[in-house]
Amino acid sequence: MSEDRGPQEGATTEVDRPGGGPTAEVVGERTGMFGVHGSGDTSGYGGLTRLVTLPPAATRPYGSWFDDAVDVLAEVLAEAGVAFDDAVERVVVTDPRRPVEGEGPSRDAELTLHVAREHVVAVCRALRDDQDLRFELSLGVSGVHYPEDAGRELHAVYHLTSVTHGRRLRLDVACPDADPHLPTTTAVYPANDWHERETWDFFGIVFDGHPALARIEMPDDWPGHPQRKDYPLGGIPVEYKGATVPPPDERRRYS
Amino acid sequence: MTAPAHDAPHATRPAADDYGPGVAGFEASGGDWDEIAREAIGEERIVVNMGPQHPSTHGVLRLMLEIDGETVTEARCGIGYLHTGIEKNMEFRTWTQGTTFCTRMDYLAPLYQEAAYCLGTERLLGITDDVPERANVIRVLMMELNRVASHLVCLGTGGNEMGATTIMTLSFTAREEILRMFEAVTGLRMNHAYIRPGGVAQDVPEDFTEHIRELLPSLRKYLAMLGDLMLANPIFKSRLTGVGVLNLAGCFALGITGPVLRSAGHPYDVRKAFPYCGYEDYDFDVPTDTAADCYSRVVLRIEECYQSLRIVEQCMRRLDETQGAPVMVADKKIAWPAQLAVGHDGQGNSLDHIRHIMGTSMEALIHHFKLVTEGFGVPAGQAWQTVEHPRGELGVHLVSDGGTRPYRAHFRDPSFNNLQAVSVMCEGGQVADVVVSVASLDPVLGGVDR
Repeated sequence: MSEDRGPQEGATTEVDRPGGGPTAEVVGERTGMFGVHGSGDTSGYGGLTRLVTLPPAATRPYGSWFDDAVDVLAEVLAEAGVAFDDAVERVVVTDPRRPVEGEGPSRDAELTLHVAREHVVAVCRALRDDQDLRFELSLGVSGVHYPEDAGRELHAVYHLTSVTHGRRLRLDVACPDADPHLPTTTAVYPANDWHERETWDFFGIVFDGHPALARIEMPDDWPGHPQRKDYPLGGIPVEYKGATVPPPDERRRYS
Repeated sequence: MTAPAHDAPHATRPAADDYGPGVAGFEASGGDWDEIAREAIGEERIVVNMGPQHPSTHGVLRLMLEIDGETVTEARCGIGYLHTGIEKNMEFRTWTQGTTFCTRMDYLAPLYQEAAYCLGTERLLGITDDVPERANVIRVLMMELNRVASHLVCLGTGGNEMGATTIMTLSFTAREEILRMFEAVTGLRMNHAYIRPGGVAQDVPEDFTEHIRELLPSLRKYLAMLGDLMLANPIFKSRLTGVGVLNLAGCFALGITGPVLRSAGHPYDVRKAFPYCGYEDYDFDVPTDTAADCYSRVVLRIEECYQSLRIVEQCMRRLDETQGAPVMVADKKIAWPAQLAVGHDGQGNSLDHIRHIMGTSMEALIHHFKLVTEGFGVPAGQAWQTVEHPRGELGVHLVSDGGTRPYRAHFRDPSFNNLQAVSVMCEGGQVADVVVSVASLDPVLGGVDR
């Protein structure tokens, strides 16, 4: 995925959008055609440069129910002694439908809160317990590995649903690869038990305080965390009853 | 063969190494149970492995049961025996090829993974509004037929595990009728890869609605027979009533969705709460119960089948109304360039299309080649899409880095989450109730392990 990116890999800069709108976060740059490297530029498209941008941080008003929810969350967090700006680093609103002039985000718009890792439990508790938020159903945790994002390589993404209010919310929590620790949310959402184990198994994020953080899909003594970007797809010798079975491309050929 | 370097990735070492000093392992191949127990540990605490090769564990679920006589005092699940790294594989294929992978996760409900994945991809592309009406109707129709097929397997195997073979043969016969319809539409009985980002792979056959109309009465007949066999059967009822109870608070705490949550009294259904594919325009009910036991889940599954058939009937009307309408987005930068057709040597790219790209238009050939090999780029960002799977809420978390392959595709499979309830549902019950409780969760290990 990274081979067709330029040298500015990982350099996070901001570009202005025409019209003075919110700035988009540039996370990479792609140059040239796909999959062609080291040959002459026969296509004429070798000079093609595309910036890879992530959705920008949203600005007020967010629209829909998002403003109210964020306000209530800030209030509840303040009561618990946590400053909102310390806990929530960024608010992002993405809308899969085309924006209608003069109207807010559509029914399908998604709200993402980028939460500082030390406050994730407090944020979850506030989101679950406050009657105006009431995100009582957690649909699990998934990990994402961004090796280029220095200091924030590993992300855990929590998917919360408010059945009461018919709302959805996403928490995005980052931690550095050098210190891959996040507090467990199983005390707030027991459902996250296996999901955190899975995220540990595949990404190596240690959920501190988890009741039994063991591997769940891979064998217990498997070295490495397979869903990380630096882990190869296949080609790994497998031991079985004392013998080593080489990967398929290194096995004996019968033809 | 040399042993791999210490930190190089490799699989497990021999199992014998796991037993350090002080950890007793014991293997018994038969004999009187009391003697084995006395010889093995000399105490009453016995841990029994049920599975991963046990016929009642729906595949390769491993249950570790601590038993005291016939009573289960602790129950834990071991999973991972069917882990094949589908999510990792998807990161190395184009967005369109992803459907071929995710359809293999929960193999009894393949169309739900495809639908959730494609809806998520469409979210990232921002083309949710552009998917043609007819494609959405076909998706809904296929998903609802799939729900019936999946519930039939659940009911059938659940009955079979209690010794009621007739229930299984009956429901598999009914399921066969549905699979025949799937084969007519997608060419395959499972692993369809039929739903694609932007629409569906191809339109349904011309006489499809007629066939479905013929199928519906026979499906209703089979469901009625199943209901007669199961719902008033005193043996069946005494095995299921009051077993595997999980109340509403427990369901929410453990993130349990689907029929198990609805059996506890909450009518949460993604089709109603967060409609997709136009479900808000269909008329159907969400059945609930308050008993929260295995029997009520059987009743709910049968009732859900009838509701699904109601939706199928509404789809029929819409399919007839939209005859000939497109089933893929109009954007040629996303839509698959080739049309499929059945030739003398089977199904493949239509000859008209081959003639067009090979004989008349160089640009069409380049376009075909680029889209099929490289795929289309998807704007960077992340999306979360859920659908109402037969087993609960199936969630897909997609992350794109702006490239032509998913940067990350995560599936929140309902079976994976629901298996967390095994401890709560089984502990304190009988060993025989474990089989019934697990069957009422209806786990499919292909989806659990992915």
